[in-house]
Amino acid sequence: MDNILRIDMGAEGGPKASVSPLGEYAGLGGRAMTSAIISKEVPALAHPLGAENKVVISPGLLSGTIAAMSGRISIGCKSPLTGGIKESNSGGQAAQVLARLGYAAVVLEGKPRTGDLYKIIINKSGVKIEADNSLKLLPNYDLIEKLKPVYGDKAAYLSIGPAGERKMAIATIACTDMEARPTRHAGRGGPGAVMGSKGVKVIVLDDAGLAIRPPKDAEKFRDANKRFVEGLMKHPVSGQGLPAYGSNVLTNILNEAGGYPTYNFKEGRFAGASRISGEVMAGLESKRGGNPTHGCHRGCVIRCSGTYNDKDGHFLSKQPEYETVWAHGGNCGIDDPDAVAMLDFLDDNYGVDTIDMGVAIGVAMDAGVAKFGDAKAAIDLVKEVGQGTPMGRILGGGAAATGRAFGVERVPVVKGQAMPAYDPRAVKGMGVTYATSTMGADHTAGYAVTSNILKVGGFVDPLKAEGQVELSRGLQIATAAVDSTGMCLFTAFAIIDQPETYQALLDLLNAFYGLNLTADGVVALGKQVLSMERDFNKRAGFTSKDDRLPRYFSTEPVPPHNVTFDIKDEELDKVFNW
Amino acid sequence: MRIKIKLFASLRVGRFDSADRDLKEGSDVRAALREAGVPEKEAHVIFLNGKHAGPGAALRDGDTLSVFPLIGGG
Repeated sequence: MDNILRIDMGAEGGPKASVSPLGEYAGLGGRAMTSAIISKEVPALAHPLGAENKVVISPGLLSGTIAAMSGRISIGCKSPLTGGIKESNSGGQAAQVLARLGYAAVVLEGKPRTGDLYKIIINKSGVKIEADNSLKLLPNYDLIEKLKPVYGDKAAYLSIGPAGERKMAIATIACTDMEARPTRHAGRGGPGAVMGSKGVKVIVLDDAGLAIRPPKDAEKFRDANKRFVEGLMKHPVSGQGLPAYGSNVLTNILNEAGGYPTYNFKEGRFAGASRISGEVMAGLESKRGGNPTHGCHRGCVIRCSGTYNDKDGHFLSKQPEYETVWAHGGNCGIDDPDAVAMLDFLDDNYGVDTIDMGVAIGVAMDAGVAKFGDAKAAIDLVKEVGQGTPMGRILGGGAAATGRAFGVERVPVVKGQAMPAYDPRAVKGMGVTYATSTMGADHTAGYAVTSNILKVGGFVDPLKAEGQVELSRGLQIATAAVDSTGMCLFTAFAIIDQPETYQALLDLLNAFYGLNLTADGVVALGKQVLSMERDFNKRAGFTSKDDRLPRYFSTEPVPPHNVTFDIKDEELDKVFNW
Repeated sequence: MRIKIKLFASLRVGRFDSADRDLKEGSDVRAALREAGVPEKEAHVIFLNGKHAGPGAALRDGDTLSVFPLIGGG
């Protein structure tokens, strides 16, 4: 990973590729790389859909090696949804392949001079940028079916669906999995719209003929990896719960805790939750010949994903994640697992953020556009997004845009991005993360659910204000560091609870690069990444006023516990206290 | 007194999803776990009427106990 590949889509004479050494970006990967490049090279006041914005695609520091769990990719830009800096993280095969191709980052720059749509092919021989207007408006699955006969099913594909081409603010960049299905997404904040504004439909990554990246100390690396995998398998979350039930194991626990946002965040418990729980859906998958234990990238030992077949045994979608099941399920009052799986497929196919899509529909239901619980109406609305009808364009703008279009009072967003599957009043640590994260309302950025609900890494009572700021701060720092390694965040449970597994990760990095990274170094890296992001957002015009939840979360209690978000503004402003 | 015990994820294996149980007045969560056949060390998260509770918490008639093993996601 010694080079940066820059693709100037607006170059005179047509899009042009150039390769340069890392320079000042040496030693960075994943989110550290994307945030460094965006904060340094994109003017903070640039229009997100203009020539000055960039799409930075960066594998992690350990991507492309034999290290387990190392296949996450970071995609950065100025977000068309939030107007701030964005790092969107995804699984799938792209990171492993891109790292073996030798690129620490691929940067899409500029804006094409014509209305052509381009495909970019990167392989051992080099880079080809070709116009191909026959790909226009193809949904992601159809696109991959068209390209697979040409480029093979061992290639990794990064693509936008019609949502990205139409520059909808919640458009994703899809990343194909090991079966070459576009099921994983750089989902949050609209990176697909930025890629669409640069006229790029798909990037085909092919590492045929290229080797696994060799570590500096192969023996130490192998030993560290062995201990790392042992630690992951030993921990009940990564070793048992996630392989068996997937992330949707969370539905029941959030529901019992009274923190499961229902009917557009009106209540904290959903009567139909058990019908769409991880336990039930894993059972359905097995019964119908699907698979509840499935890895999204080569090297994954946790295998939290799965495949969901319809009642006739035909593939319908990947196993829906908790966020999808909540956003399209309980948030909208829908308790039909087949409807939820269909909505998951549509989100993947059109390339829209499953969270913002579900929350937008919930807001639309609050506005009376459809009834809560009407699964068919929800499916029809997402199909309109795929078709780009006027209603589709409203919803495809996300929850905030939908709320504005229909004059809705209660719109659960921060910095314009929809809140995920945890009510901030009943899971107060998440409320702090939602309010203060540089990413907007985001759960992975500082996943306080660990201590608030799951009792992983300690316990902080979710219903009280005490301890939440410290919890969120620590997790935001640690997550920024993990996001830079390319490691899947689901390693966090074992890393947090088992010091020997945390040490194994440090040993992996040190053995690969010949470093002497310590826990302090990890904290320093996380702080450095967050500081870069905070600085960009400040220059983009963000102030402490943007680090707040919508007012109604402080005034309107959520049943069953009837709690409000009562963490003071001055406390929120202490999160980034370095 | 009667309480409802709900088990989740791997705790359901060989046991039940949800059951009503009669316990002696003054029983605590520990007694309910014994009644359900769940070893205390496997009951990683316990909610009593939706709020975190420990094994020593006192139970009252009509309470709902929700018991989870160590799980996670995101």
